[in-house]
Amino acid sequence: MSHFLALYGKRLSSAIVTHFWYVVVSVVFAFVIAFILGILLSRMPKRANLILPVISVFQTIPGIVFIGLLFLYNGMVPSTVVIALTIYAIFPILKNTYVGIINVSENFKEAARGCGMSPFQILMKVEVPLALPSIITGLRISTVYTVSWAVLAAMIGLGGLGELIYAGVSSNNNALIIAGAIPAAIMALLFSLAIDFLRKALIPKQLRRDSK
Amino acid sequence: MIRFEHVSKRYGESLILDDLNLEIATGEFTVLIGPSGCGKTTTLKTINRLIEPDKGKIFIDDQDISQIDKVKLRRSIGYVIQQIGLFPNMTVEQNISVVPKLLNYEKARCNKIVRELLALVDMPYEEYAHKYPSEMSGGQQQRIGVLRALAASPPIVLMDEPFGALDPMTRRILQDEVSKLQKKLNKTIVFVTHDMDEALNMADKIIFMNKGKIVQIAAPEEMLENPADDLIRSFMGKHSKDQEALPQTAADFMRSDIYSCYRNRGVREAIQQMARRKVDTLLVKNLDDTYAGTVSIKSIRNHGKDLKTIEPLITQENAVSYVDEDAQICFDKLLNGQDSYVVVLNHDGTIAGIVTKTSMAKSLADAVWGDSQ
Repeated sequence: MSHFLALYGKRLSSAIVTHFWYVVVSVVFAFVIAFILGILLSRMPKRANLILPVISVFQTIPGIVFIGLLFLYNGMVPSTVVIALTIYAIFPILKNTYVGIINVSENFKEAARGCGMSPFQILMKVEVPLALPSIITGLRISTVYTVSWAVLAAMIGLGGLGELIYAGVSSNNNALIIAGAIPAAIMALLFSLAIDFLRKALIPKQLRRDSK
Repeated sequence: MIRFEHVSKRYGESLILDDLNLEIATGEFTVLIGPSGCGKTTTLKTINRLIEPDKGKIFIDDQDISQIDKVKLRRSIGYVIQQIGLFPNMTVEQNISVVPKLLNYEKARCNKIVRELLALVDMPYEEYAHKYPSEMSGGQQQRIGVLRALAASPPIVLMDEPFGALDPMTRRILQDEVSKLQKKLNKTIVFVTHDMDEALNMADKIIFMNKGKIVQIAAPEEMLENPADDLIRSFMGKHSKDQEALPQTAADFMRSDIYSCYRNRGVREAIQQMARRKVDTLLVKNLDDTYAGTVSIKSIRNHGKDLKTIEPLITQENAVSYVDEDAQICFDKLLNGQDSYVVVLNHDGTIAGIVTKTSMAKSLADAVWGDSQ
């Protein structure tokens, strides 16, 4: 173990840091874009019912194909990875934001209108808070997926935990594969816990019951 | 004063409001009532412009409301919604201060309003202000719904079947509370209901609508005395003077979902039946289906172990009544006797049902609060 750390310790820690930043930056971008798009789509549910399935088809393009194409176009720079990860992370958040807002009961919206809230106030004070459990669920899905998708960054030589895995696979070094895989699993778990914490902080417990 | 001038509203083919003209005086408690689809809720919602009429004008204090900004207008009119429209993501305090906050009242002022309003309905601030709606009963929630409408002291409050989802007891209590609040705060209240009891209990003036038109506008007493047509009379139901209460008989109160067995059955079988149905006595029939008596678990336990059939254990001590006997007499038998029920027989001697204390309580509840149709 100590022998392994002496040999690969530096590589491992830099891979973890790179991986972590890929995930955080991509998810933050994705969240901002998806949140705004989700709200826009919820203003026009008829068109959303056409647009959402189209986006979900894009989602089925394998990550490897997409990141490869983007690499050809954008070159071997970190932004290639971030763009690809962001695009993949958008859909779960977008869909959950849209569905969460659409499902807010007409009762509450009418009460809000009757109280004299403007459409924007209804959105921010009633619709978004009530959709929050669903939105955060989407955020969690995206984040956990992004941790595993970020492994692909190594495929185009841009580091992250994938680098250890690929190196291990190609040199038949099991220890190296595990050294890449286990931190990735732990990272996914920790992100999930952090989002859980966020959920508890943002949503009163009386509203939490119906969401996981 | 609220004034409707030639207001019409159409949804596709159907005319919801048909050239409506009416005036609602300041400080008056006005109830809009009528059958489903009569346009009462639509009428209400045109007042705060949740619904815009196709034709005609509505004035509040001689100001045409179509000229007032919707959002501003609504902030100056209280609104209590059907069912419970409290925001589940906000505490009681936040819910009540929604409109004051929209009007940019200061925090301290909002808090003062919340405390005063909660005191008005005897809900201590410390206990309730920080609760979420889901932590309270339906009645408490709707009280908060009413307080929210009153928070920015609007002169007009609109209520759209606010108590429809509550049980009769809570409903009655809330009706009284709202009546009191209205008198105390001198609000103009427009209240929609389909429950004539509620209308008679609360209204200064009742507006009866049907098919988008006003059928009658009258004070409760006057409407009781002279209903304008048969529809209103049927809405008045048991309140109306020309409808005498029919004398009620034992048959009206009995339950007929009873269990009985024939007199030649075995003891074990009887015990099993009692256990299965969770009763401590069985009604026993003769072979020709006429009433034979009852058998209790007690007598079986005391004497029945060696017996083959239940026949020797049958007694006829239980109180008996007939289907057309006056309910009052039947209840007296139940209350004065030792038995937990009265057996009701048809005239041919067969068993029709039993009257229990529960069925009696139900009938009393109906008499006090009216039929829950």
